[in-house]
Amino acid sequence: MNELYQQAFERFTGNGGSRGPAAVLASRREAFARFARVGFPTIKDEEWRFTPITAIARAPWRLDREASGRQLRGDELEPFRFGDADWCTLVFVDGHFAPGLSHRPPLAAGVSVEPFAEALSRDPALLEGAFARSTAQELTPFAALNAAFAADGAVVRIPAGVHIEQPLHLLYVTTQAAAGAAVQMRTVVQVDRGARLQLVESYAGLERAEVLSNVVTEVTVAEAAWVEHTRIQRENPAAYHIGLTQVEQGRDSHYRSFTLAEGAAIARHDLRARLSGENIETLLYGLYLGRGEQLVDNHTTIFHDQPNCRSWEVYKGILDGDSHAVFNGKVLVQPEAQKTDAKQTNRNLLLSAGAKVDTKPQLEIFADDVKCTHGATVGRIDESAFFYLQSRGIARDHAQRILTYAFAAEVVNEVASTPVRRALDRLVASRLGVRS
Amino acid sequence: MLEIKGLRASAGNQEILRGINLDVAAGQVHAIMGPNGSGKSTLAQVLAGHPAYTVTAGTVRLDGADLLELEPEERAQAGVFLAFQYPVEIAGVTNAYFLRAAYNALRKARGQEELDPIDFLDLLEEKLKVVGWEAEIMQRAVNSGFSGGEKKRNEILQMAVLEPKLAILDETDSGLDIDALRIVADGVNALRRPDRATIVVTHYQRLLNFIVPDSVHVLVDGQIVKSGGKELALELEARGYEWLTGIPEPASA
Repeated sequence: MNELYQQAFERFTGNGGSRGPAAVLASRREAFARFARVGFPTIKDEEWRFTPITAIARAPWRLDREASGRQLRGDELEPFRFGDADWCTLVFVDGHFAPGLSHRPPLAAGVSVEPFAEALSRDPALLEGAFARSTAQELTPFAALNAAFAADGAVVRIPAGVHIEQPLHLLYVTTQAAAGAAVQMRTVVQVDRGARLQLVESYAGLERAEVLSNVVTEVTVAEAAWVEHTRIQRENPAAYHIGLTQVEQGRDSHYRSFTLAEGAAIARHDLRARLSGENIETLLYGLYLGRGEQLVDNHTTIFHDQPNCRSWEVYKGILDGDSHAVFNGKVLVQPEAQKTDAKQTNRNLLLSAGAKVDTKPQLEIFADDVKCTHGATVGRIDESAFFYLQSRGIARDHAQRILTYAFAAEVVNEVASTPVRRALDRLVASRLGVRS
Repeated sequence: MLEIKGLRASAGNQEILRGINLDVAAGQVHAIMGPNGSGKSTLAQVLAGHPAYTVTAGTVRLDGADLLELEPEERAQAGVFLAFQYPVEIAGVTNAYFLRAAYNALRKARGQEELDPIDFLDLLEEKLKVVGWEAEIMQRAVNSGFSGGEKKRNEILQMAVLEPKLAILDETDSGLDIDALRIVADGVNALRRPDRATIVVTHYQRLLNFIVPDSVHVLVDGQIVKSGGKELALELEARGYEWLTGIPEPASA
């Protein structure tokens, strides 16, 4: 296996200058060396205990791939577009930027929303920095693999004080043409001091195909900046989706995320937020929907490194069929992070006898003057709620769909941006079989 | 309209209704009174089809149709409405959404076209007047964070929208102050029609000052022990239930 990856990496990095400047190349080498050293995780690894990824580790993925050449018509993409047509939207098909499907209206001065190639030719520093950081940090094996091979992705920069009023949408899609391939996108977002951004990042599978979508997103929220980040995972049912989102926040900043996980056979998302300044607010909301034999895993880590910060986390799951969900919420409060206010909630609704959930809060608190709470529930729809709806003439199966939607909507309603919230609400309602 | 004969029902191993006989004619209001634990609320819930109770004997017919054969939603579709003593909170969906779903479920069951959100809002605007509410409350989640009085008003609003043949009010007066009580009673009265009947389950006579019953029945230990006109309620108010039960009531009741 290692040999296959080694050969692929040599071909990939040997293919001329398209893999980036020397600094990026050096980072890729370091990341690959790390991956080669540690390999894929197994269930013996505490972080992957409930998430066997043998199928991913064994498959002979095509790693050093060129564009699939698949030309999509705009209407094929229609079901996966999100929000309004006039939002700035970058579309990537099977791992490569698709200018013809993207919409790039003029944005405020200094704002850049661009694919790798443009970012490297215009201002390589941001990408170089991102690649350099990705080797310096304690990386997951998948993130190291991504750093080694990621050939394309989006780079977003919002300069100080600029407020982008319309949401930006980064849409990563895969098609049948990518079957057998590892599609490794990387997103780098830098929101400078006092700037404001609504970002939607989505992963969609247009057709059934066994693909590995191994993605990494890095968001830097500078001092007093405000970011709402909505992540929508709608991979095809045969896909494997492994994602890492790393957030770095400066003082007085506000970061809120909403993570929807709906697709893929195995989906794992790690969300890590580091609060490295005072008076930071971090709100993490999530909704995961499992059915069939899906495995959906969400790992979140909030690093409270500094005093007077607040983090608030609510993840909800709805599991049907024989699906399996994993939630692991880690909150690390360092000794200097006094007056931390952290609350974590994980609630799960089981719709079938075969569905199951492994939920684990993990609070590690080294400061003494803090307020940290957590709670996890796994349950079914309350009979009294069923009866209430039935007594109003609503049949039991419809009542179940309404009550399930209600459970989901409670967390969807936390999305701050109205157009994003509405679009998300429609998406979730339709997935759960009700009208919004 | 409603005929109950020899109705017996249990929760688990405990028999709660022990042979109820009751006829309610169209256009009438019947009050069911009785001390705590007499089975009043159980009767209301059994009529609506609450799954916690098992009917062991007897029949219930609504305009000749066997109600006990029907699922709770089919009873609602047949025209039964229960105003809950403890309305359920549903965070996540708005009152407007919930009411529209219920309204359309009834229409669909009756082979009528469903109303779209815009047309439904027009209808709702009319109905809101029944309980003296502004449209804003329809954007709040169902009963979520509502005061006790608001929940009861919401039940009456639902009743106004769904226009049942048979409305059953289960202790709708409990926890209401006098102003809220009047609003709820006015709402119920506004919905009275010659082709509709109402059963008012209550512990106190107070509500019956506002919703004047045609008949009053006293339920004790799962059986109707006395029936009479509206003056029976006044007698109960003056004398308590002790003369009918033989058991002194706690002073607080």
